[in-house]
Amino acid sequence: MRNLIRLATSVAIALTLLLCSAAFSQESDVELPDEPLAAEGDELEALEGADMVIGLEPAADEPPAVEVPLPTHVTVSDLPNDDGTGLVVEFEKAAGETEALTYTVSVGAGPDGPWREIGSFPATKKWKEEVGHYFPGFFWFQKGRADMSSRFHLFVIQDQGDNVPLETGIEYFVKLTASLDGVSRDYAETLSAAPAEQWFDTGRTNVLILAVLFGATVLYFIARARRDPNLFIRKISGLDAVDEAIGRATEMGKPILYLNGMSSLADLSTLAALNILGRVARRVANYESKLTVPCRDPIVLTVAQEIVKAGYTDAGRPDAYNADDIFFLTEDQFSYAAAVCGIMMRDKPAANFFMGYYYAESLILAETGAGTGAIQIAGTDASTQLPFFVTTCDYTLIGEELYAASAYLSREPLVLGSLKGQDMAKVFMMVMIIIGTLLMTFGVIFIKDLFKALG
Amino acid sequence: MQFIRKQFPVMLAFVMGMMMFIREFVPAKFSEQLYYGFTDWAIVIVGFSAVFAILSLLHHHMNKVRKRAQGYGYSIITILAFIQMITLSLIFSVRPGTPGGWEYQWLFVPMQATMFATLAFFIASAAFRAFRARTWEALALLIAGLIVMIGRVPIGEFISPHLSTFADWIMNNPSMAGFRGIILGVALAQIAIAVRIIFGIERTYMGGGD
Repeated sequence: MRNLIRLATSVAIALTLLLCSAAFSQESDVELPDEPLAAEGDELEALEGADMVIGLEPAADEPPAVEVPLPTHVTVSDLPNDDGTGLVVEFEKAAGETEALTYTVSVGAGPDGPWREIGSFPATKKWKEEVGHYFPGFFWFQKGRADMSSRFHLFVIQDQGDNVPLETGIEYFVKLTASLDGVSRDYAETLSAAPAEQWFDTGRTNVLILAVLFGATVLYFIARARRDPNLFIRKISGLDAVDEAIGRATEMGKPILYLNGMSSLADLSTLAALNILGRVARRVANYESKLTVPCRDPIVLTVAQEIVKAGYTDAGRPDAYNADDIFFLTEDQFSYAAAVCGIMMRDKPAANFFMGYYYAESLILAETGAGTGAIQIAGTDASTQLPFFVTTCDYTLIGEELYAASAYLSREPLVLGSLKGQDMAKVFMMVMIIIGTLLMTFGVIFIKDLFKALG
Repeated sequence: MQFIRKQFPVMLAFVMGMMMFIREFVPAKFSEQLYYGFTDWAIVIVGFSAVFAILSLLHHHMNKVRKRAQGYGYSIITILAFIQMITLSLIFSVRPGTPGGWEYQWLFVPMQATMFATLAFFIASAAFRAFRARTWEALALLIAGLIVMIGRVPIGEFISPHLSTFADWIMNNPSMAGFRGIILGVALAQIAIAVRIIFGIERTYMGGGD
C-alpha cells in the first residue's frame, strides 16, 4: 500500500514537471526580440540588399508599390561554336519572376552606351536548356535534371537581319534591364565580351565520332571483302527482275524507259539512280534493245549520256549507242510529268524504271505506266512517295535498297563489302535503340542527347 | 589522257568530298566562304550545262520531225513554242503584262494546274488497285486506310469521335515507326555510298563502270 502511494506521488511529480517544461517552451516561441525596431532607412537598405525596388509607402487610395526583381549571376561571353559573330547573355532566374516581368538586352560600343536594344522577352521564356547551341557542362548530363529551382535564362545576340552585326574580336558592352508594369531597372553592372570564331564545333563531336566509326566499319568490310570475296547478300526481288524486264522488252521489240528522278546531281539518290543506269545500260546493250532516258536536270543529262555510252562500250556495242535517246525534257515538275506520260502513251515501253527522288508526280508517272501494261520497277528514298510506287509498280526498291542496287547488280566484292559495313551499323543502331528505350523507361535520359547534333 | 579520264576525277572526288565533310564541323567564317564559293561554281556549271540541255532538246525534236517519227507533230509544236517564247522574252522581257508574261500566266500556269489536278483521279484508280483485299496484308492495309481516310474527314467525327483519335494513333505509331525505319536505313546507306564515292570504290557515275 505504501509502495503504491509512493509510485502515485512520483508519477504526479513527473507529470507536473513535464507540463511546466511544455508551458515554458511555448512561451519562448512567441518571445519578442530584445532589440528595438530598425529605423526606416535601415529597412530600405536591407531591401536594396535583397535586389528589390520598393516605391514610397502608398497612400490609402494609391496602387500598391511595384517590385521589380533583378536576376543574379549575370554573365556575358562569346557564343560557343559560331563564326565569331555572336555573344551570349546568361543569368540565373530571379526570385519571384512572373510572366509580366520582361527582360531587355541592349548592346553598346562603350560602357556608357549609346545602347541599341537587341531583344526583349518575358521572364518565362529563353531558358538555357531550350537553346540549341552546345554549352559545355550543361547538355548531355544536366539537361534532364529533376531539380529546376536554379534555372538559367540564356539570350543569344547574333545578327538576325535588323540587329547590328557583331564583328569578330571587337569588345561589346551589354546592358540587362528588367521591367514590370512600366517600372524598369537596370542590372547594376555593365558587362562586356568580344565575339571569337571557333574552328571546331564541339556540339557535333558525337556526329563526328559516329561518322568516323561508321566510315571505318565500311572501309574495314571493303578490305575484308578483298580477302574473302564470297559475301552473302540477301535476295532483292526488284533487282532480280531487272534482267526479266529487259528480256521482256527485247522479246516484244519495245524500248525501255529509264528515269533518274527529279533531283539534281547533288542528291545522293540521283547518283544511286545513275549508278543503276550504268548497269542497266550494259545489259540493254547486250540484249540489243533500245534505252530511252528523258532527263530533268541538264547536268544529270550530260552525266547520263556519258554513263550510257560507257555501258554500251563496255558491252562491246558502241555502235548501238544513240545520244539522241538520252535527252533533256524540261526542268518544270509537271511539264516533265506530262512529257514522260506522253512518251509512255506513244512509245508504249515494255519496261519502266523509276529510280531516284520523286515528288507529287510519282503517281501520275507510275499509274500511266501501269495503264500501258509495262513491267515497272521503282526505287526511291522519298518516303512519302513509296506507297504510290508500291501500289502501282511490279517491284519497288524501298529506301536503302536503291543505294544497294548498284552493288547488287555489279556483284563486285569491294562494293558488296560496303553493304556488310552498312549492316553492321544497322545492328549497332538497333542495339542502341533497345538500350535507349530501356534507359528512357527508367528515367535515364542523357542517352537521347548522345545522338543529337547540338549546333 | 587516261589520267584525266580515270584517276583525276577520283582524286577530285576524294579531295572535294573530304573537304565538304570536314567543313560540316568547322563553324568559322572560312568554312562558310568555302561553301558559298563552291556553290557559285555550281551555278556557273549549271549555266553552261543549260546550253547543252537546250541543244539536246532541239536536236531530239528536230530528229523526230526529220524522220517523221510517231507523234512528230508534237515536236513541231515544241520547237515553235520554244522559238516564239525565246523571241518574245528577248524583245519584251518576261515581266507581267508583256506577251511572254501573259503566255506564262494564262497558258503555262493553268496547264501546270491541270496536270496537278489529274493526280486526284490517279489516286482514286491507284487506291482501287491497292485496296483489293486478296491477302491478309492487303486486308490490313484496306482497314487501316479506311480508318485513316474516314478519321480525317468531318463525317468520321460524326460517326464516332474516337475514329479521328484512332486514325491519329495509326499515323503516329505504326506508320511513323515504319517511316523512321526507312529513314534510318536510307541515312546509313547514304553514308555508305558517300564513302564508296569519296574513296573511289564506286565509279559508275563517272561512266566506264569499273
